Amino acid sequence: MLHQVFSKHRLSRVLLCALGLSVLSFGSASAADPIKVGAIVSATGPASFLGDPQEKTLHFYVDAINAAGGVDGRKVELFIYDDGSDAAKANSFAKRMIQQDHVDFIVGASTTGSTMAMVPLIEASKVPTLALGAGSVIVEPIKPYVFRMPHSDRLAAQKILGDMKKKGITKFALLSDTSGYGKSGRNETQKLAASMGLAIVVDETYGERDADMTPLITHVKQSDAQALLMFGTGQAPAIITKNFRQLGLKIPLYATHGQASYEFIRLAGPAGEGILMPSPALFVADQLPDGDPQKALSVKYKADFEAKFKTDVSTFGGYAYDGLMMGLDAVKRAGSTDKGKVRDALEQTKSFVGISGIYTMSPSDHGGLDISAFRMVQIKDGKFVEVK
Amino acid sequence: MSTFLQYLFSGLTVGSIYALSGLGFTIVYNARGVVNFAQGDFLMLGGMVTATLVPLGWPLPAAISVAILITVVCAALLQRFAIAPAGKADPVSLIIITIGASIFIQGIAQNVMGRNQHIVPSFSGDTPVHFLGASLLPQSLWAMGGAAALVAGITWFFRGSLVGKGMQAMAINADAARLMGIKTGSMLLLAFCLSGFIGAVAGVLAAPITTTVYDIGLSLGLKGFVGATLGGLGNGFGAVVGGLLLGIMEAMIAGYVSPAYKDAVPFVLIIVIMLVMPQGLFGSRLKDRV
Repeated sequence: MLHQVFSKHRLSRVLLCALGLSVLSFGSASAADPIKVGAIVSATGPASFLGDPQEKTLHFYVDAINAAGGVDGRKVELFIYDDGSDAAKANSFAKRMIQQDHVDFIVGASTTGSTMAMVPLIEASKVPTLALGAGSVIVEPIKPYVFRMPHSDRLAAQKILGDMKKKGITKFALLSDTSGYGKSGRNETQKLAASMGLAIVVDETYGERDADMTPLITHVKQSDAQALLMFGTGQAPAIITKNFRQLGLKIPLYATHGQASYEFIRLAGPAGEGILMPSPALFVADQLPDGDPQKALSVKYKADFEAKFKTDVSTFGGYAYDGLMMGLDAVKRAGSTDKGKVRDALEQTKSFVGISGIYTMSPSDHGGLDISAFRMVQIKDGKFVEVK
Repeated sequence: MSTFLQYLFSGLTVGSIYALSGLGFTIVYNARGVVNFAQGDFLMLGGMVTATLVPLGWPLPAAISVAILITVVCAALLQRFAIAPAGKADPVSLIIITIGASIFIQGIAQNVMGRNQHIVPSFSGDTPVHFLGASLLPQSLWAMGGAAALVAGITWFFRGSLVGKGMQAMAINADAARLMGIKTGSMLLLAFCLSGFIGAVAGVLAAPITTTVYDIGLSLGLKGFVGATLGGLGNGFGAVVGGLLLGIMEAMIAGYVSPAYKDAVPFVLIIVIMLVMPQGLFGSRLKDRV
């Protein structure tokens, strides 16, 4: 009885408040509505190493933004779904986000496959999307409503081959895995090497789950390669690194941004010392000069993430941060959540400082990052150190 | 010569892991006529539990002992609560049960120990040993030596001990063994424990070389199974030779032909061998005719 009275009482108060609010905000009725952000990440399944930190990052920052009063006085509401690393699920969740949740923009999906599975739907329903998959198919050719956050493998190859050139290296060996990342990386490296006048003297592929790489390294040892580049993800680069030291090779060893993680340093152990790789500012944040525009943000993201989740920060979580923040920034600049206006604002993004780099979008570039997004780093005493 | 030796060492290292993985399959196959697809997950558990305990400050030998113990208990539980209740179910149903168990174990492992890659420190450092121009890591010697010791131990167990002889009797004819007073129920339990033990040891020996992750059992288990089939399923000696042969073939093809064909060529060879000798290299032809 008491309960009923109370709830009736509360109901009428709520109604009154709502009435008052709607009177107050008459004319701009949408201003108090939350900004609805949809997200699809691969929090479980084989791509969970991507989606898990992304899920954590999105929850953490949406909560933080709301605690600080939201964006332009509007709360942010997050609709997040886990596609289990399954592209078909990503598609059906996208449908749900667009048709049931009526999201204003989408962050995701984690993988190139999942992202591409949602693209036709996104383009048809014209919802601005900030993709977290790295494949170049996402932005080539340009899809009006799709933007990409991660670094491309072409950018990584550019940074690495540029560094080789600077060191006077003319011949190098390339080991790549047979996954999508390795294949596409190999392709980009071959094209770039040809145009930069570098020769690939050993070009071999390996399986992601191979347990021993000494036969491949033997091939490299017998060649006249002046450096070795390994293009792959997972544990295999750590195994290559160990076999590389085992056979006593002394040439420079390059990895890609796929190895820019504390996990790789642990896996490779002492054998990892001296490896060179392109990395976002995140892993050398505390060594950056104070004037660096990415310093404050990177230091804070790392500290926040590690304090909250008791686990190492990763590049992939950084992509989700950039996607969320750039989307909200576009809403702010557009002055509304009108999808067409947000899309235009996204395309006009200029010098947006993110974790992964500084983004400048244009009608012909929906990736927005250039080679300055990467720093060349080296593993020294179990830490990443920037090399100039 | 040194190149050949380098490839051979690579093959022997990987091959001894396959051999141990295959040996575990053989023991359960003999005892119950079932291919246990959770065998690979025993390898995973051995490696993963060790890799989880060491960073918590456990000394390596203690971590390894606990990892082996946990795996053996896990194998015993699998037999007790999944295989035994199925009673006289046909092998296909039992195989499906083991696949379910494999998914279950992986699910628990990824929730308790995480989805990250883990590494177990090498038992005696990472300074390579040089031999006739080829170099190999001390951990490879551990893997080969460990495999040899385990195979010797298992051989003695089956040939020399009464319990082992009882298990062999059961493998040959379960009904006759039961009539002779051999407790087939506890023999089966023992067979699973033994395969769990071998799996865990193999997993621990391999982890510093391959690194480990919650679903590594899939690939290591499959290779072990192929090795065991090649050698003749049900023959322990055959499983070991088959595993080593598979490892060496992979390394030679990766070295002399192309790493891209590394996985394809051994499988083609296996098909050929199975066509010519359907029982595998060392499988007895008599068994299935009885």
